[in-house]
Amino acid sequence: MSGKVAVCAVAQIKNEPDIWYQRFQGMLLDCFESIISQTGVTFDMETGIRNIITCSDDVFDARTISDNGMTDAVGAHFRGEEKIAQDGINGLGYAMACILSGHDDVVLLMGHCKESQSESRNMCTNLSFDPFFCRPLGMDFTNASAFQARAYMNKSGVTDDHLAKIVARSRQMGAKNPFARKNNPISEQDVLNSPMLADPIRQLHQYPVTDWAVGMLICCEARAHEFTDTPVFLTGFGNCMDSYFLGDRELTSNFALKKAAQRAFRMAGISDPKKDFDIAELNDAIAYQLPMWAEGLGLADEGQGGKWVDSGALDAQHVNLSGGMLNGNPVMLGGLARATEAILQLQGKAGDRQVEGAKKAVAHGTTGPAGQHHSVLILENQGV
Amino acid sequence: MKYKKKNRNVGIVGIGETKFSSHREDVNQPEMIHEAVRQALDDAGLKIDDIDCVLHGNMELFEMIHQPDLWHVLGTGAYGKDSFRLTTGGTTGGTLVCAADNLVASGMYDVVMAIGFEKLQEGHTTGGITNMADPLWARKLQTGALTAQAAVKLIDEFGAERARRAAMTYRIIMDKHACKNPNSHRAFGLDWDQMDDLIKNSPPLIGDLRLIHMCSQSDGACVIIFASEEKAKQITQTPVWIRDHITVHREETLDLHNNFYPNRTTHRFAAEQLYKRNGIINPLEYFDVFEMYDPSAWWGVDWLREFFLLKDDEHLKLVENREIMIDGKMPINPSGGVIAANPIGATAMVRTAEAAKQIRGNAGPHQIPRPVNHALASSFGGTMWTVLTILEKDLNWQGGDHE
Repeated sequence: MSGKVAVCAVAQIKNEPDIWYQRFQGMLLDCFESIISQTGVTFDMETGIRNIITCSDDVFDARTISDNGMTDAVGAHFRGEEKIAQDGINGLGYAMACILSGHDDVVLLMGHCKESQSESRNMCTNLSFDPFFCRPLGMDFTNASAFQARAYMNKSGVTDDHLAKIVARSRQMGAKNPFARKNNPISEQDVLNSPMLADPIRQLHQYPVTDWAVGMLICCEARAHEFTDTPVFLTGFGNCMDSYFLGDRELTSNFALKKAAQRAFRMAGISDPKKDFDIAELNDAIAYQLPMWAEGLGLADEGQGGKWVDSGALDAQHVNLSGGMLNGNPVMLGGLARATEAILQLQGKAGDRQVEGAKKAVAHGTTGPAGQHHSVLILENQGV
Repeated sequence: MKYKKKNRNVGIVGIGETKFSSHREDVNQPEMIHEAVRQALDDAGLKIDDIDCVLHGNMELFEMIHQPDLWHVLGTGAYGKDSFRLTTGGTTGGTLVCAADNLVASGMYDVVMAIGFEKLQEGHTTGGITNMADPLWARKLQTGALTAQAAVKLIDEFGAERARRAAMTYRIIMDKHACKNPNSHRAFGLDWDQMDDLIKNSPPLIGDLRLIHMCSQSDGACVIIFASEEKAKQITQTPVWIRDHITVHREETLDLHNNFYPNRTTHRFAAEQLYKRNGIINPLEYFDVFEMYDPSAWWGVDWLREFFLLKDDEHLKLVENREIMIDGKMPINPSGGVIAANPIGATAMVRTAEAAKQIRGNAGPHQIPRPVNHALASSFGGTMWTVLTILEKDLNWQGGDHE
């Protein structure tokens, strides 16, 4: 591989429960115009953006080929556009390939999701199951996670109290983040009292329905100075697919996450995940996932998720200072939102939640029922 | 122009295609994909453990499966591997080829397997395509992929008689090619004496677009395995090299009066840019075969002029003189093209797969009867989107303005 890949700018709108007043094109356009004004980048065929990576989903947009209808709003009219139909964090992995291959110098990445548009997100995720065996059972991402949650909580000593603590903390963190979804403040007792969705998952254990859009400008190292004084380098990426049937998987093993992390860590030269990262952003769509993914990434010891939460590691290791997905990011963008926060921290632009001197971050994303597909991205602000 | 040389070369080392048909009721989606995966692995002499990364693409709303790569892992072999899912409508298969090329060339992965598939029988394709249109402004007007725009344009320019005969000549040639390809979904055995009858009596769909002109909806999967130069040379005697690719999209949501953008088709714009940066002066002379994504005979005729940067009626003459036949001066779609089989998520990848087989010289009964060294493959999708890929037999290309 030659050179490095730099993120030069990010632009996002505020996470909101229902952006009824704007279409997704408008949400993207706000981000797009911010990127242009931050960087002065052009769409010149020689020196500008020739390729745009978009991240969205046909089912949640209720549109076949969800990347049409916005190609001009993201600058792709008479330019290239390629849609990543997974959690948008994989778009950053693909952007690395576009630049390291030499095919592109400058890439724009744009992601959106209006989760509020669907009648029921569980009806959407039910469609990800095969129509023969699992779909008729009423499987969706929530109840699939319930199997994993119960098994994991048994294995790692995670209790309902731990989950309440995680959710209450997420709301406190989210309140400090101007881009985070505005939620009612809640106590641990509120979480413990919230209705059961799919045992042991309570309503407040799951992220709330959210609309959001984000854009990023990514370029090769040699040209980063044209667009920013605070480049953030993408130095490692890996993702991994687990098997499909829940019964075929060891649900508490973190099989896919461990493999994804291994590859990303190898690429970035990470040897001790507990010490190497100043920032960790984990895709916690449901509260039990925060300690579980932390074990998978090596931030917590195997089987010690409960103790890890008790030990105060969430604050000590700067985990999900953004509020995490639990505070509200839309499906398909949970991982990209984690990367967005990591970039702001490494740029020194994280406001009240800034970690002074942060140099290295890990951002994590997951797609599918009970974490079938995981992605791990390593970011640094001083290069390798 | 500032185009860098690739970080490293990328070759096609394995190809798998299922038989295309209207109904594959004998297999479910992962099983159908698995057929093509197995074929591609056997073709390359590889095992699934040799694959570093798997790419997957199709349209969710055609079969109503959300994130289908999750279920399909049963047939794709992506278990425990890196995997990406990319979808761009009809161009999906072409986008997967570009993505595989980028991922291997980047050095992030040595061997990448790309899978395009569709099982259109399990959904409603025209409804699915109509659903791409804007729900406020265009959905009530959209008629799936059916449009007679190209017919109107050709008839306006060249007169009804000549245009209609050119489109039907193109259609009959494609059918003759399809009859040679054992994977074809539709191969009717059309002959020249049916020309007048078909022009007059084939059921009209919209304006001058008739049933016989239009592509089918098909079931099928296509798999291509890509490897870095070093690996490719170890894996096969006959790697086919990806020289370059370009993607050009368009969308006029904000540009209702078309005042700001080039008055060119994406096909012509893509071709101009790609040939320029690769130093290809006369594409009609340079390429030995062109696998075109031609969803209808009218589009096929019209787009020849765009892709080869022709003037006036040069494209019509190519068709009328039957130069586009398998043994002609510029063979177009020896596979039979998209009118012969259209499993949408796979279709564009089939163009690259067929072009690569022609270069390898093992396309089967539809092998072009002379050496093929340089091939062009196109994809079409969305609101007139283009992906264009150049394939080469040898790693000896020169010229162009790569840095």
